[in-house]
Amino acid sequence: MSPSSSHSDITTASAAETEAFARGLAARLPDGCVVTLNGDLGAGKTVFARGLARGLGITEPVTSPTFTIVQEYPRPGGGWFYHLDLYRIRGADDALAFGLEEFLFQPHTLTVIEWPERLGDLLETELPAGARHVPVQITALDDTRRTIRLPADLAGM
Amino acid sequence: MHILGIETSCDETAAAVVRNGGEVRANVISSQITTHAAYGGVVPELAAREHLKAMPIVAAAALRESGLGMAGLSAIAVTNHPGLVPALLVGVSFAKGLARRLNLPLIGINHTLAHVYGAFLDQTARLEQPATYPILALAVSGGHTLLLLITAEGRARVLGSTIDDAAGEAFDKGAKILSLGYPGGPVIDRLAKTGDPKAVAFPRGLLPRSGHPVDPENRLNFSFSGLKTALLYHVKGRTLEGQELADVVASYQAAIVDTLVAKTVLAVRDSGARTAVLCGGVACNSALREAARLAAARAGFDLVVAPPKYCTDNAAMIAGMAWHALRRGQVSGPDLHVAARLPADLGRVPFAPGAG
Repeated sequence: MSPSSSHSDITTASAAETEAFARGLAARLPDGCVVTLNGDLGAGKTVFARGLARGLGITEPVTSPTFTIVQEYPRPGGGWFYHLDLYRIRGADDALAFGLEEFLFQPHTLTVIEWPERLGDLLETELPAGARHVPVQITALDDTRRTIRLPADLAGM
Repeated sequence: MHILGIETSCDETAAAVVRNGGEVRANVISSQITTHAAYGGVVPELAAREHLKAMPIVAAAALRESGLGMAGLSAIAVTNHPGLVPALLVGVSFAKGLARRLNLPLIGINHTLAHVYGAFLDQTARLEQPATYPILALAVSGGHTLLLLITAEGRARVLGSTIDDAAGEAFDKGAKILSLGYPGGPVIDRLAKTGDPKAVAFPRGLLPRSGHPVDPENRLNFSFSGLKTALLYHVKGRTLEGQELADVVASYQAAIVDTLVAKTVLAVRDSGARTAVLCGGVACNSALREAARLAAARAGFDLVVAPPKYCTDNAAMIAGMAWHALRRGQVSGPDLHVAARLPADLGRVPFAPGAG
């Protein structure tokens, strides 16, 4: 899937709506894919990640991984939900030294990465045949409304 | 009995020698804040590399300061969870090597429980008194915001925690939004003293407001993510200066402090705790210390506030708590593992009088 593929813009009116949209999206994501979340501090990336976790049936609190870099959540019925935050990572070298590749494109796993811009083109380099990288861009319109841009085939419209 | 404690769970490399759980003979901390300041936070691999460099130097300094040789030690204690895995591995590997070389018992220590213990390091006799229990601890740092209940029998459980950002993270990200540098806690504490905490009405996450009760399952939980967003939209990309900056900082800090104190009082009331403890790095915050003291006096419970030198990460709390574990035969094997997260089951708390 090339970056120029068509995308859709979804507007949500509240954090609760953003979370609900992500919850619905979880079912449409192919197994083993990596979702990257671009957006400024406070855009709602962790809210979006929590929605994806809820969509996978994970009920435990989904908390900010800024401090730990990665939070791992077992999925009911097997597999993992990996929630990474690269806010404190300087670049691809640091990410690899941390062991990032162990969290990418794994079977029965959904990986979500906040602050993916820290990786440069590492994700595309690591992308195995048949695997998918789903870029999601969250933009704040005001203090509650958000525009979510994602590949058109996953927008669920 | 002298125990050497090792602590590398986050950005401090620390070693300490403590005699019989409370007599601190040496407490050495190699602060890495200047290295991390450039990156706006803790970089785990960087931290691991720094730990690797600092570990032998810090441990040797602690032994020298204690006036003991290695032959004077009875055990080696080390933080093995929770924390940043690459950083924890440095301390645990070092401790394992030393224990093996000196043929001494190795004791893995829970960092969060050690913070509670650290609040009592200057008055460990209180921990021997059953009347001190149950203890309700607010453990609050860059990575954690937890309410823990510890019974006299040594059972511990988490009553509440953050559902999104930790309180220390709220300080750090708030400072980032206001371009105040890293770490955020000390600079916000200092600036807030000259500001009006009522200037801006920032949200108090998961606290009841008139007509908005809190969902019962979040009664003792925290949320600081909305506060960060509210600050962002209040600032709207401007660079605040002078009195306006001080007022915004004071109001932001007040929202964090009010929430922490209100939930602690609620947890004391719900649990019937006899003693409340304030510990962890954020417990250095002067407004939080003052507000907690006022609240305890008003509500009529005992409050133990960790001395600032034992609020931030240190190894004295590790070596101190380990003495109780050693006394009770709770020794780790050479396969001692590290873990990033606090386990759901906290096991037996070795310093409680009935922990048997």
